[in-house]
Amino acid sequence: MSEQSPDTAAAPVFSLSGITKSFPGVRALHSVALDLYPGEVTALIGENGAGKSTLVKIMTGIYQPDEGEIRVNGTPVHFPAAHDASRHGITAIHQETVLFDDLTVAENIFLGHAPKNRFGLIDHAQMRAKARALLFGIGADVDPELPLKDLGIASKHLVAIARALSVDARVVIMDEPTAALSHKEINELFELVDQLKAKGKAILFISHKFDEIFRVADRYTVFRDGEMVGKGLVRETDHNALVKLMVGRDVGQTFPKGESKIGATILSVRDLSHPTEFDKISLDLKAGEILGFYGLVGAGRSEMMQSLFGMTRPSSGTITLEGKQVTIRSAAEAVAHGIVYVPEERGRQGAVKGMPIFMNVTLPSLKETSRSGFLKLANEFALARAYTQRLDLRASSLSQDVATLSGGNQQKVVIAKWLATKPKVIILDEPTKGIDIGSKAAVHAFMSELAREGLAVIMVSSELPEVLGMADRIIVMREGRSAGEFSRDEATPEKLVRAAAGIAEQAA
Amino acid sequence: MNALIKTFIRSREAQLIAAMLVMIAAIASRFPAFITPTNLAAVFNDTSILIILAFGQMAVILTRCIDLSIAANLALCGMVAALINVVAPDLSLAVILPLTMLLGAALGAINGLLVWKLNIPSIVVTLGTMTIFRGTIFLLTNGAWVNAHQMSDAFKSLPRADLLGLPVLSWFAIVIIAIIYILYNRTPFGRSLYAIGGNPVAAVYVGIDVGKIRFFAFMLSGALAGLAGYLWVSRYAVSYVDIAAGFELDVVAACVIGGISISGGIGSVGGAFLGALFLGIVKNALPVIHVSPFWQMAISGIVIIIAVAFNARAERKKGRIILKSAEAKS
Repeated sequence: MSEQSPDTAAAPVFSLSGITKSFPGVRALHSVALDLYPGEVTALIGENGAGKSTLVKIMTGIYQPDEGEIRVNGTPVHFPAAHDASRHGITAIHQETVLFDDLTVAENIFLGHAPKNRFGLIDHAQMRAKARALLFGIGADVDPELPLKDLGIASKHLVAIARALSVDARVVIMDEPTAALSHKEINELFELVDQLKAKGKAILFISHKFDEIFRVADRYTVFRDGEMVGKGLVRETDHNALVKLMVGRDVGQTFPKGESKIGATILSVRDLSHPTEFDKISLDLKAGEILGFYGLVGAGRSEMMQSLFGMTRPSSGTITLEGKQVTIRSAAEAVAHGIVYVPEERGRQGAVKGMPIFMNVTLPSLKETSRSGFLKLANEFALARAYTQRLDLRASSLSQDVATLSGGNQQKVVIAKWLATKPKVIILDEPTKGIDIGSKAAVHAFMSELAREGLAVIMVSSELPEVLGMADRIIVMREGRSAGEFSRDEATPEKLVRAAAGIAEQAA
Repeated sequence: MNALIKTFIRSREAQLIAAMLVMIAAIASRFPAFITPTNLAAVFNDTSILIILAFGQMAVILTRCIDLSIAANLALCGMVAALINVVAPDLSLAVILPLTMLLGAALGAINGLLVWKLNIPSIVVTLGTMTIFRGTIFLLTNGAWVNAHQMSDAFKSLPRADLLGLPVLSWFAIVIIAIIYILYNRTPFGRSLYAIGGNPVAAVYVGIDVGKIRFFAFMLSGALAGLAGYLWVSRYAVSYVDIAAGFELDVVAACVIGGISISGGIGSVGGAFLGALFLGIVKNALPVIHVSPFWQMAISGIVIIIAVAFNARAERKKGRIILKSAEAKS
């Protein structure tokens, strides 16, 4: 691999120091530092929400840091916009590549810096030849004249890498590049990473998968809650040490679930499968219980929940609700059965902006509030008032447009909307993602109260402390399959992370 | 109460009423005859068809679609009504009118089905059916006109007949306003229109069948176009391939001026009504003050662009409020 030994490596080609970035209500990064060395791969590790994507966006000029310094080859620089970063030789290869589907491979590689002929027009022949040479250089069997949309994801990554080489990138950021690749494709990608190293590129490799990190990285940097908590040489560490760094905190007290009486089984799912998204998932859910679904982003948790809610059709498996087997063909049927789903993307799937609060709340309950086919506004107001008060919604009036509320309060409107249907099972998908600490506590307290009242709750969450604190039982999903089920007492952060990342239990 | 008055003053409806009053006052200062009750009633009567069509278009636009075939639908239904009258002069309007509306609804259903089942963008679907509907008129008639003398007196006289001091044409508009107001504001269907336009994904999650509601919106738009088709042909006592050509743009303009957001989900029945009335006054007033027809078109265009700019500004304001509340919290 690398000829140079990491400890005698040259000065960093790219370094960040004291980087702080806040968003309204959330501090995403607090005084973090990161150094990238030529010819080396640095792995960036951290839980979801640790601040990795924010850092990538700062490195590529999409966000500007509030404080801190960026240096390229020791010279302080500023990236007011994305093209400033790329001018300094920084390129990113994302999980879902950001290339142009309708352009050809060659056009994608040379977009923005195409070779020109003497009239200042694009020299297509030369562009194709150069593209072919670049692709050949990285061992990619891709026709430069094909439109990009005809390629698979692995080939698209290769095109992105060829593009990085064509602009003579010094720093290549790979943000979960293996997430959508097969085993064979991953190995090919790693060979390519080795080639890039040999060419002296500095590589930032972001992945949740430990085996990949140990295969490909020379150094590591660990982020937790927006802070850098550790860094070092990969060959001097092991899985256990990294997992500890990632989760290292006492989680028991942060999110207490109140006592609730666990009742009879309400929902029971056997071997639910989907042709492409998940396979043989089973669960039993009792009244008063909170069942946590933990896993990495893209493990198939949301897809599984959407099929419970009738949004997608499972290919096999059974759903039994209160002892009766049911088929759920649409969201309307799920709601009629007493199953509701509070989706993850609040903006896109939750609140109807431009509509007043009360209309948002009553949207799935119009049958109950109207009389002989006509809406009764008085009933709607009463229902909306009852549920928004329970959730402690802060709004000047129920006729206020939801769009004018803060994120946390919008989330409360969405939850109120579903509670008003008097459900038996409530599925909360990442219920506290992107909301401030205060609203988070309110949502958690409220979840406890729902369980106490005998509702069965499924909570999909990528936040370890939330899952460990709130859930009575936890199912871990990995790559569309169940990777383990833990009771509240059995579960430890290490066990969950291992199951989610697919690391075998190691002797301590 | 104070807050209610404040929101009203800032609303599109109030702005439109103010603009219309200013315009009427300006015209009246030189042509006092313009503001006589008789003339104002005539302006309203003249705008009736536009008002009826604007409500159908509004339902479609609320769901993030558009119906460009609305005027061609009107022309085809009008022609069919006229032809029925020619073939069977004694057939009662009580039969012809529902038949025409049914035909309009069926034509609207074609649009709705294509948008719903084949997922084709509505602008493409209705651009296509617009041409098909016009072409069908030509096939039915070989381009011939149906003239006044071929129509029965009963067929022609209904829109002009006087009822409590207003022509029946105006009464049609008034009744439709009342029905549409209740339909859009007081039924689950109306609420669904707004929910789909405001957030189609969220609408699916609460169990609204987005495709089906869009289909019904197109059908409603078609049924109103069918009604308008009879009214148009009988009022002007003539029918040919090109009646109401380009009128679909006036209808869309009335909606936009009335504050119906082209991106769906926002707009009121009152707004659509006032938007149509505003356009009606502009079109009736400009000839009075001797503005050339070409300038009339330019002025209508300018009014539309100003209205869209206002819509854009109104939607931007909301974003600022979000930022402010976020700042206040942090």
